[in-house]
Amino acid sequence: MKEIKVELIDVVKEFPLQRGETTPVRAVNSLDLNIYDGEFFALLGPSGCGKTTTLRLIAGFEQPTSGQILIDGKPMQGIPSFYRPVNTVFQDYALFPHMSVLQNVMFGLQMDKVARKEAEKRAIEALEMVRLPNALNRKPRELSGGQQQRVALARAIVKRPKVLLLDEPLGALDLKLRREMQFELKTMQQDLGITFIFVTHDQEEALTMANRIGVMNNGDLLQVGRPEEIYETPATRFVADFIGETNFLTGKITSYDAEYGRIRLDNDTTITATLGDDNITIDQVVSVAIRPEKMTIAPYTDAPAPHSDLNSITGQVVQVVYIGTDTRYAVRIDKDTVVDIRVQNRANANGVSFKERDSVSLQWDKRSARILTQ
Amino acid sequence: MAARVTSPESSRTSGILLALPALLWLGLFFLLPLLIVLVFSFLTRSQGGQVALPFTFAQYERVFDTFWVVMQRSINVAFVTTIICLIAGYPLAYFIVRRRSSFGKQFALFLVILPFWTNFLVRTYAWRVLLGREGLINSSLMGAGIITEPLELLNTEFAVMLGLVYGFLPFMVLPIYASLSRFDFRFIEAAQDLGANDWTAFWRVMLPITLPGVVAGCMLVFIPAIGTFVTSDLLGGTQGLMIGNLIHAQYSRSGNLPLGAALSVVMMLVVMAALFIYARFGREK
Repeated sequence: MKEIKVELIDVVKEFPLQRGETTPVRAVNSLDLNIYDGEFFALLGPSGCGKTTTLRLIAGFEQPTSGQILIDGKPMQGIPSFYRPVNTVFQDYALFPHMSVLQNVMFGLQMDKVARKEAEKRAIEALEMVRLPNALNRKPRELSGGQQQRVALARAIVKRPKVLLLDEPLGALDLKLRREMQFELKTMQQDLGITFIFVTHDQEEALTMANRIGVMNNGDLLQVGRPEEIYETPATRFVADFIGETNFLTGKITSYDAEYGRIRLDNDTTITATLGDDNITIDQVVSVAIRPEKMTIAPYTDAPAPHSDLNSITGQVVQVVYIGTDTRYAVRIDKDTVVDIRVQNRANANGVSFKERDSVSLQWDKRSARILTQ
Repeated sequence: MAARVTSPESSRTSGILLALPALLWLGLFFLLPLLIVLVFSFLTRSQGGQVALPFTFAQYERVFDTFWVVMQRSINVAFVTTIICLIAGYPLAYFIVRRRSSFGKQFALFLVILPFWTNFLVRTYAWRVLLGREGLINSSLMGAGIITEPLELLNTEFAVMLGLVYGFLPFMVLPIYASLSRFDFRFIEAAQDLGANDWTAFWRVMLPITLPGVVAGCMLVFIPAIGTFVTSDLLGGTQGLMIGNLIHAQYSRSGNLPLGAALSVVMMLVVMAALFIYARFGREK
């Protein structure tokens, strides 16, 4: 196991009461988190979930109400942001408007009393690294959004921080540039070996860039794991819903063992799914999460599934949407529930396709469905 | 073409026509008097208090020989007043900008502007009441036993500066407030993130970005302060005689129009030098 770079122990951040509020706002709630050396860690969640506050706590712009933050094993309590071994790429870059690009990048080095010549040399190296070597004397306002982004990055990495904090750094860029920068950031992180903590609300961005993801909602850290863990084995309904697309079927537990549970759905079909949670009781109402691409669609049959690992459920197609690589079917399985299925349009597919109002059977492996209690 | 309504020429003519009232106004009431002052300053005083030929530099010689002390004192007083207003005004503007509620902000601004509701002359007389030998300040200090003899507060340079700072502080606060309210305080966080302490963040980031407001405020204080004659007349007595009083005296009591004109021209040059500094540093970048 690699060494821990940033450690958050039971960190709570409450903001003081504002007018019209009765209870203090808990932006971060009992957060425990370890971030390891050289890791690309993404904090993911909807706006207002506490991810930016968490980042600001690490940077030292906010002080925790209680709990501890350690960077490199050192407690950060009472240590102002300017003494912390971290640097930040701000959401709207916060480049100093009265300084040139070079001056912006040199600023941090000058604060460390690096000699002017040396500072200039290192600033130019940093700008070469972000591939913006030809704008040294321009002012930030003369640059495009993508270029400003690069300057902000150069300004933050020029001091070789132990940890680089990035607050939605790609949020203001258009899609194409975003993709490019995602790739570049990832490459740069690997080259520099600096620990990146990256805040984003974009699940796709988190999945493509991060080694590990922490999903937050309402101040709680719901799940921490590798992208495939988060996607394949979400711990809560919120995580399953927020990352990728998910169908939720509701029903009651009829039996369970160490790994699987049997659930009777509202339409009286009984299915099997993996347990996402240990706290389960008979007759408990639960959600079963299944990704649209994990299901197959077949012509209607009321025969039971061909073997015990497969779940089968019948329904009626209500919508067919062709989206190029895939076709999406919306299938009504009872009066309240419509599930989405995604089928790849492969050249060698056996030509079976369905249209609206067709009766169909949906099948999926019991291992790809998950029982979630919260 | 029939569709074309205005040609460049006709739009230029209509532009001139629209500007004509303002141009006439400026010409008649600004440029012409300025020219008269300039011409007068090179003339000689005649018997009946009028101006007469020949052209001479005599008035300017007097300005620089006899009255340069007063000129220097005026520059000094205006300069120190400006610095005090700046040191007091910047933190005040910062305080107002950092109010969370918009009511707090509005109320604080209202307090800054409130003195304008009373006539400047009345407010200056009020300072005479406060500063006099038997004034409120002296009588309270003596009543408290802190001093035994009344302090000479009135009719000093100090009193003039006090009156000027009091009178002109809002002119410093308002432009700085305007600059600061546009200032993005995340720049401070960015500076601290890069290792700047509060002090460095202020000098390297906040002050340079808000400099236009600072320079504008300094101009708005310095220019009227250097030409002041009411404040110095009422609070300064003979000790606080300023260039404004001197000019005033030439045009009213002494009736020496050429000397008054020459003093005015020199003062205008000082103000223009200040405006030059403003043009150089006061622009929004």
